[in-house]
Amino acid sequence: MDRKDPSNLARPIFIRPFLLSAVFIVAVFLSPVFAQAQGSSKEICLSCHGIQGLEKVRKGKPVSLYVEREKLSQSVHGPLECASCHRDASQLPHPSELKAVQCSACHAGASQAYSQSVHGKAHAKGDGDVAFCSDCHGSHNILPAKHPDSKVYPLNLPRTCGTCHGDPELAKRHRIPVANAYQLYMDSIHGRALTRSGLLVAANCSSCHGSHEIKPKADPESKVYRTRIPSTCGACHAGVVAEYFDGVHGRAVKEGSSVAPVCVDCHTTHEIRRVETPAWKLEIIKECGTCHRESLRTYRDTFHGQVTALGFTRVARCSDCHGSHRILPASDARSSISRANLVSTCQKCHPKANPNFARFSPHADPNDKERNPGLYYAARFMHILLIGVFLFFGLHTSLWLFRSTLEVWRRRKPPEQAEGGPDPDGEEGKDGTPKP
Amino acid sequence: MERQSLDQTPRYYLRINLYHRLLHGLLMASFLGLAATGMPLRFSQSTWAVELATAIGGFGAILFFHKTFAFLLTLCFFLHIGAVFYLAFVRGEIGVFWGSASMVPQPRDFIEMFQHFRWFFGIGPRPQFGRFAYWEKFDYWAVFWGMAIIGITGYVMWFSSFFGRFLPGGLFNIALLIHADEALLAVWFIFTIHFFNSHFRPEKFPMDLVIFTGKLSDRELQEERPAEYQSLVEEGSLERIQADPPPLWLRNLGRIIGFSVVATGFLLFGLTLLAFLSE
Repeated sequence: MDRKDPSNLARPIFIRPFLLSAVFIVAVFLSPVFAQAQGSSKEICLSCHGIQGLEKVRKGKPVSLYVEREKLSQSVHGPLECASCHRDASQLPHPSELKAVQCSACHAGASQAYSQSVHGKAHAKGDGDVAFCSDCHGSHNILPAKHPDSKVYPLNLPRTCGTCHGDPELAKRHRIPVANAYQLYMDSIHGRALTRSGLLVAANCSSCHGSHEIKPKADPESKVYRTRIPSTCGACHAGVVAEYFDGVHGRAVKEGSSVAPVCVDCHTTHEIRRVETPAWKLEIIKECGTCHRESLRTYRDTFHGQVTALGFTRVARCSDCHGSHRILPASDARSSISRANLVSTCQKCHPKANPNFARFSPHADPNDKERNPGLYYAARFMHILLIGVFLFFGLHTSLWLFRSTLEVWRRRKPPEQAEGGPDPDGEEGKDGTPKP
Repeated sequence: MERQSLDQTPRYYLRINLYHRLLHGLLMASFLGLAATGMPLRFSQSTWAVELATAIGGFGAILFFHKTFAFLLTLCFFLHIGAVFYLAFVRGEIGVFWGSASMVPQPRDFIEMFQHFRWFFGIGPRPQFGRFAYWEKFDYWAVFWGMAIIGITGYVMWFSSFFGRFLPGGLFNIALLIHADEALLAVWFIFTIHFFNSHFRPEKFPMDLVIFTGKLSDRELQEERPAEYQSLVEEGSLERIQADPPPLWLRNLGRIIGFSVVATGFLLFGLTLLAFLSE
C-alpha cells in the first residue's frame, strides 16, 4: 500500500499536462475535418471530451470538461447535437471559454417562469449560490422528470432541493427563514410517505412551492402566500379543503381575512405530523388559544382543560366539540355545538348525556356574573371563606406562637428573674400552669 | 389545685381510643392521597403538576387513585357517623351531642376563645380548657364540612351522567369550582394551621404523639386540659383512664408516620402556594 500510493498520486500530475496538450494539438490539426464532418459532430466532441480527467483551470479551480458518453446518450437530450446547446462550439477550434448554455432557447416557458422566481431574480443579480437550471436538472445527464433517476423525479426532488435548503450555513448567508427545510420535511408525514412508502402522490417540495416559478411566501402570487395555502394544499386534500371553506375559518379567508387560520397554522409547514400523536393533539389546543384566548382560559378552568394541560389527551379538546376543518358557529344548525346537535356531541364521550347534562358550560367564566350567576356567587363565597379562614387563623396562630415562645423562654429563666418586673402572668399558678 | 406526681415517674392517661386513632390514620392517608392526586389537576398548568401526574402514572392512574382515596374517605366519614350514633343511641351517651365531651360548640368555647386572645396579649390567664378546645372543634367541623362539601361535589362529577338526569349541567361547573377551592382550603388549613396547633407550637414541638399513642402524660393533662382534669378528679374517674406509658416502638412508629406526613404536607403546601401565587 505504502509503496503504491506515491505512484498513484504521481500519475495524474505527470500525465495531465501531457494529455491536455496532446488533445489540443490534435484538435487544432483536425479542425478543418470537423468542420466538414457535421453529421457525427458529437463523436468528434467526445473524442476530446469523452476522455476521463479532461479538465481546465478556471479562476484557480479545476473544472472538469469530461462528458460521460453513456449518460449523454441516455439523456433526454441524447439525440441532440452538442452544438444545439453549446452554440459557440459549432466551429472548431471553439473558443477556450464557451458561453453559458441558454436553456431558454428551447424552454422558453420554463425559463420565463424561472426569471420571475426567487431563484431567477437572485441569479440575475449575480448570486453564485442560487439554483440554476443545471443545479436541479443536471447537464449532460438530463433525464425527463418522470424518469426515476431524474434529479427532479418526485422521489428524488427533496434531496435535490435539500443540497441547498438543508444547509444552515447557506441559509444564514442568504437569510432563508427556514434553514433546515429538508431535514424537517424528511421527518414529516409527507417526507415519510415519500421515502418510506415511495408514494409518488406524497407532497414534495414542488407540490407546494412550484418548480420554476417558486416565489417567496410574502409574494401574493406565491403558492404558499397565506391566503393561497388552502388551495395549494387542496390540490391533494380536496375533501378537506371543501370542508374548510364551508367552515368559519375558510369563509373568513375567502372574505380576505389575514388573521383567520389557514392549513399551516395548525398543521405547520415542513414538519407536518400525524394528527394522532399526543404531542400534536396538545399543541393544537394552544394554537386555537392564540386567537381564542378567552376560550382557552375558561377551558383550562374545566376538567377537560386541566387534564390536557397535564399532558393527557383522553378528554375533550377543542376539535372534539367544535370540529376541525369545518368549524361552524353554534347558530348554524349544522354545527356540532348547535342546540340540535349538542347532546349528541357530548354523547361521543358521555354516552348517557341528556339535554340537562349538555347544559354544562365547557367555557364558564366565574367572573361573568351575567352568564353564570351561580358560578359567580359560588366563586365569591369560596374566596371570602378562604380569605376569612386564613385571616382569622393566621392571626390566631401568629399570636399564639409569639405568646407560647415567650412563655417557654420565661420558664427557662431562673425563677427570681421571671417573677421580677411587671408580669401579667403572676397568676399562672391559678390557671393550672405549673410554675417553673 | 392538686399537683400530684409531678416529681414522680409520669402517669399516663388514655385520651384517644384505638378506634379513633385508626380512623384518624385512615383519614390522614386518604386525605394525603386525595391531595396528591387532586392538586395536580387544580394547578395543572404548573410544571410540578405535570411531573407529579406523570409520575403517578398519567390520567387513568390519577383518576383511579383519586377515586379510591375518595371511597376510603367516604368510608371513614360513615364509620365515624356510625360510631357517634352507636355511642349516642346504643350506649346511651347522649353527651356526644352536648356537654363537655361533645364536639358540638358550647357557649364556653366562645368564652375560652376570647380568653385565649386575652392571654395572647398578656392581659389575662390561660383559659381552663376542657377535653376539646375550641380550635380542635373548629378542626373537626372544618373537616366535617369539608368532607361533606368536597364529597358531594366530587360524587356529582364522578357520576355526572347519573346526576345529569335531574340536575342542570351548569351545576357541574359550580361543583368543580367548589370542589377545588374547598379542597385547597382544606389542604392549606391542615398543612399549616392544624400542623401548628397540634404539633409545632413550642409546647408540642416537634410533634404531639397522642394521635398515634393515644396517651398523654399526667403533666400534659393538667397543663393543657385543666378543666377536664378537674372534673375527672371530682368524678373520681381519673384512675379509670389511667394507662401504661406508650411503648417506644409505638412512639417511634408515630414519629415515622407523623414526620412523613408533615414532610409530604409541607411539600404540597409549598407547591400549591407557589402555583396559586403565580396564577
